[in-house]
Amino acid sequence: MENFEPVIVAFCCHYCAYTAADMAGSQRLPYPPNVKIVQVPCSGKVDAQHIVTAFEKGADGVYVAGCLEGDCHFKNGNEKAARRIDYVKKYLEEIGIESERLEMVNMSAGMGHRFAQVATEVTEKIRTLGPSPVKTAIAQ
Amino acid sequence: MITAERKPLEELIEYVKPFKRILLLGCNECVTVCAAGGRKEVGLLASGLQMAMLKNGSNIEIHQHTLERQCDPEYVEELIPMIDSADAVMSMACGCGVQQIAMRFKDKPVFPAVNTSFMGASERQGVWAERCQGCGNCLLGITGGICPIARCAKQLMNGPCGGSTGGNCEISEEVDCAWQLIWDRLKALGLQDMYLDNIPAKDWRSGGGNGPRKIIREDLAE
Amino acid sequence: MKTESKLEKILAAGHLAVTSECGPPRGAKPDEVIEKSKYLEGIVDAVNVTDNQTAMVRMSSLAASVIIKQQGLNPLFQVTCRDRNRLAMQADIIGAYSFGIDNMLCLSGDHTKFGDHPMAMNVHDIDSIQMIQMVKDMRDKEIFQGGAELKGAPKMFIGAAANPFADPFELRVMRLAKKIAAGADFIQTQCIFNVDKFEQWMEGVRAKGLHKKCYILAGVTPCKSLGAARYMAKRVPGMDVPQEIVDRMASVPKEKQAEEGVTICVETIERLKKIEGVAGFHIMAIEWEEKVEEICERAGLLPRPQV
Repeated sequence: MENFEPVIVAFCCHYCAYTAADMAGSQRLPYPPNVKIVQVPCSGKVDAQHIVTAFEKGADGVYVAGCLEGDCHFKNGNEKAARRIDYVKKYLEEIGIESERLEMVNMSAGMGHRFAQVATEVTEKIRTLGPSPVKTAIAQ
Repeated sequence: MITAERKPLEELIEYVKPFKRILLLGCNECVTVCAAGGRKEVGLLASGLQMAMLKNGSNIEIHQHTLERQCDPEYVEELIPMIDSADAVMSMACGCGVQQIAMRFKDKPVFPAVNTSFMGASERQGVWAERCQGCGNCLLGITGGICPIARCAKQLMNGPCGGSTGGNCEISEEVDCAWQLIWDRLKALGLQDMYLDNIPAKDWRSGGGNGPRKIIREDLAE
Repeated sequence: MKTESKLEKILAAGHLAVTSECGPPRGAKPDEVIEKSKYLEGIVDAVNVTDNQTAMVRMSSLAASVIIKQQGLNPLFQVTCRDRNRLAMQADIIGAYSFGIDNMLCLSGDHTKFGDHPMAMNVHDIDSIQMIQMVKDMRDKEIFQGGAELKGAPKMFIGAAANPFADPFELRVMRLAKKIAAGADFIQTQCIFNVDKFEQWMEGVRAKGLHKKCYILAGVTPCKSLGAARYMAKRVPGMDVPQEIVDRMASVPKEKQAEEGVTICVETIERLKKIEGVAGFHIMAIEWEEKVEEICERAGLLPRPQV
């Protein structure tokens, strides 16, 4: 599909990933505008339904960004998130959506560079994968 | 609770394919506790089904509703205002609930969304294990509170068998030997001598051997 | 004497009894049964006929027992709880006795998971101890399990299995007591490699006087190879094969391993003879029935006494 601009939803935890996004912003680090950031108190708060609804509404890719392992502000919310994402990946395959469109990433509050890097990498990965099969179907 | 697991999406798509409007029903009790068919799971299934059907080039309308229980007719009656607008019903409740819906709405196809498994308890978050097989004549009082019918792979009443190894059943290291558990409990209670009593052959009539079972409370039934 | 069983007669006369095993074939192949039984003729006092062993379907133990009886040997008909309900069991027991088969072994049975029909139901209408009680009542009280009168009662010599090596060890003597209380006349143990542990169990058995209430036949098996020894040590639930045995098998070259296995078996029998309460031996030489004669010969168990 020509001129395909992926729509990426990034659920970012307030304590680490969202702060890292802020840092990227204040350091003027460029990252693709394709990434729509949704702030959550903790990555563990992201429900399977939030992720699935994002795809239903036309997202081509979704990622959940939480604190580094062992550093979750709420003890182990990021571990729960990781398990949940594995579970949703399997569900996506059942639905017929490639599980690579969803991933979990970890970063600390000071990692502005990492935030920008992840945003860029995911956007490119999804660009290569193409539009989500659901979006294609809606279009038809 | 009664435990269940969602059927593979593939199977569910086959059920709903011929229809345009589905009523997807959850249940707020057992299947909510084991995260198989509660309000949340209804939402997830509705999204998943819709996307899958879209991918296959067809559209489907899914109306979501969760009842307090599907095994009581009073709750099923709540569906009357919404039943006519559906071509078919898919229920995420256990087999009891699915059948209750089917019996009430005779002209609507009703499909199960979950595979009902066993009567069990939560071991910890996310893990449910079989505890009871409804034998109809509970002997937990003489087996230290552990059921040999539900938890022994051979339902021995005078166990253990010769395959018990390191506290595990011969079938798997993941399965406790029920008789090891019973013995440990009897010891903790100082009731070791009880072990020597041979439990006689069971009358399975109370356990379903007399056909499908029914309980009637004369004081309650009109 | 509770029965007319030749095995009971030998044990009652105070001789060391010897039994062995015959696994029926996985097909309607009576010649294979006849072939195996030829190796045991005159060598043993009774031949166990296994019942869908390891949950693999084979010719029924009843049918194979009949064939063995027809060959002039003395079958010991094994019945598991896994495949039959109490109606079928009683029917088979009456049927077996009608062919003159008067020894039986009551077992739980390996779980279907291990066999070729893991999808089948495990029946377990009654357990092995309840089966022993049932057969005892059929024989002595002449009643069916359901209570009705039984004319033409089967006078079975009732056996059970015992495993001194299964967990929990502290229960294993009590378990034997339960089986005897239910009516077991004799027991055959799981094959013994760890004679020390067996002696420990026998101490517990003698302390309760159980060896006087029931004949205990000690089980032995010859290892065919180092691989077989390792397999039994690691993969068979409820088996105790000490490292020295495995090492001993490993210490001889491959061509000599079978011979070493037989030697270990004979030595084990000699040690077991010295243990008070051992009333005989149950030699399990699966798919190696031809070795039983040599083992009995070398262990001084031949010729078999005539009663």
